[in-house]
Amino acid sequence: MTAAVAVGLLVAGGSYLVLQRGLLRVVLGFVLLGHAMVVLVLAAGGDRGGFALPGNGGGEPADPLPQAFVLTAVVIAFAVTVYLLGLLRAGSEEPSPADDDARGPS
Amino acid sequence: MNALVIAPIALPLVAAAVLLLAPRSTTLARVVGIGATALVVLAAAVLLARTLTGEVPVVQVGGWPAGIAIVLALDAFGALVLLLTAAVTLLGLVYAIGTGEDRERTFTPLVLVMSAGVSGALSTADLFNLFVFVEVVLIPSYVLLTLAPRRQRIAGARLYVGVNLLASTLFLGGIGLLYGVTGTVQLGQLAGVATASAPAALAATLLLVAMGIKSAVVPLHSWLPGSYSVAGPAVTVLFSGLLTKIGLYALFRLYSVLFDGDPRFLWVLLVVAVLTMVVGVLSAVGATAVRPVLTAHMVSQIGYVLVGLGLSTAAGLGAATFFLVQYVLVKAALFMVGGAVEVRYGTDVLARVGGGLVHRERWLAVAFAGSALALVGIPPTSGFVAKLQLATAAAADGPWWVLVAVVAVSAVTMVSMLKLWNGVFWGEPSSLPAPARGASATLVGPPLLLAAVALVLGIWAEPLLAASTIAGQQLADPSAWVAAVTR
Repeated sequence: MTAAVAVGLLVAGGSYLVLQRGLLRVVLGFVLLGHAMVVLVLAAGGDRGGFALPGNGGGEPADPLPQAFVLTAVVIAFAVTVYLLGLLRAGSEEPSPADDDARGPS
Repeated sequence: MNALVIAPIALPLVAAAVLLLAPRSTTLARVVGIGATALVVLAAAVLLARTLTGEVPVVQVGGWPAGIAIVLALDAFGALVLLLTAAVTLLGLVYAIGTGEDRERTFTPLVLVMSAGVSGALSTADLFNLFVFVEVVLIPSYVLLTLAPRRQRIAGARLYVGVNLLASTLFLGGIGLLYGVTGTVQLGQLAGVATASAPAALAATLLLVAMGIKSAVVPLHSWLPGSYSVAGPAVTVLFSGLLTKIGLYALFRLYSVLFDGDPRFLWVLLVVAVLTMVVGVLSAVGATAVRPVLTAHMVSQIGYVLVGLGLSTAAGLGAATFFLVQYVLVKAALFMVGGAVEVRYGTDVLARVGGGLVHRERWLAVAFAGSALALVGIPPTSGFVAKLQLATAAAADGPWWVLVAVVAVSAVTMVSMLKLWNGVFWGEPSSLPAPARGASATLVGPPLLLAAVALVLGIWAEPLLAASTIAGQQLADPSAWVAAVTR
């Protein structure tokens, strides 16, 4: 339940920001959407507790597969975010009055 | 011998690493890049020859059992598309010598990483690895698009990166949901799951939508013209040959395995396919420069390929495979001709070129004429065979309006190709200043070769027809592939 609400809130915030004009807001929107997917994938592994290792004191171990997925996805999202910020920087070095897309709503 | 499946992924990655570490040298980059890609073409050809006997070469990376191991497998469809993408990469690298784009130090390594990702996406049997390999394709493509950043190119890149990132996010969400419902992401174990359970079908639909965005299917197509028309000429050729094709490949694979070609949803796919054909071809009519016309036609041709998926019969899927192969080659040739005009005359806007280049660029004109006829589907080119196959399959099993669209869209394609021919090549000698030197062989050779291939595939279609028929049968009944990857 908590995970569902968290995913919902993150997707709502992320979608709102992605639809904005300024690239920085779009980048932040994608960061939020990426987090939403991370929570979603983790929640898909079920709510079994414990470390993802066998023999951690008798409890059933957590599903390790979603954690592995999420690690990979986080790395990819990080790389793309850095690239997008680079793009933002490259775009802002060449200001142009015609390009009102680069600036947010004033 | 099965280890050969890894070669198309490993070879380009190693070559890219070597190039990034080696001292800067354009000659070295050309030799290593073209050499490694030629080896991939060779490996793909050997693998295709094996898969055509019905065998499915499988590698469980690290020797782990299926379900834990990363499983790589190729059937006839995968091997055929692999050979196609490797060949386009090879010619793209040669063409990049002509356009001068490969003087940029990172160009060749990026292309190699991209082709490694394509090979991986074509051979993986695991949804999460598919996601990772698609990212391995996309991240170099982001950088390739902005290699020489101009303001226009940054705006295009922003659109391209944003849309693809959104599609990747959706895909990841779909994988998470499917894993939550079924407890696995191994495609072999997921076979037919979407026909049995409604939640799994919903999650799988999310995957299809994400791949629909990546392959520019109407109504998710509008990012394609905006971003492809700002890339460099050789980069556009590579993008058109590799990127949207991965999306299409995944659509075919996922619908064939997850949905088991479920007839209940085929009408949706057919409607989408026809819309894609019609919208694409109509938006080409309004375009006024070579590259926008060609990118609009890309959308339209993707619709043709999807018709085969919408039929989901062995004949339809085989026809779609044949269509895909010939259209990628023809499209690459057209983009190469357009790019060559742009490189040599500084513009590809029809009104500025003003026609008449046939007097100066005889070989480019020949390459354009050949590949344009193939795109329209005039005999004896490969396009005719492809459209005939597709129309026959649609007449046998599809509703009548699909057949009408297949024929009508071809006629409109003819209109745009005539517009390009008249605007660039035909007519009085051009008033544009002539370049000091003649066009280099690396600029004109690749499109000429591809146009020749389109002609050969039209006259001597039998080998490709046989291969695509086998691919179609295996897609219609994926049990051999499924058995191989779950073993």
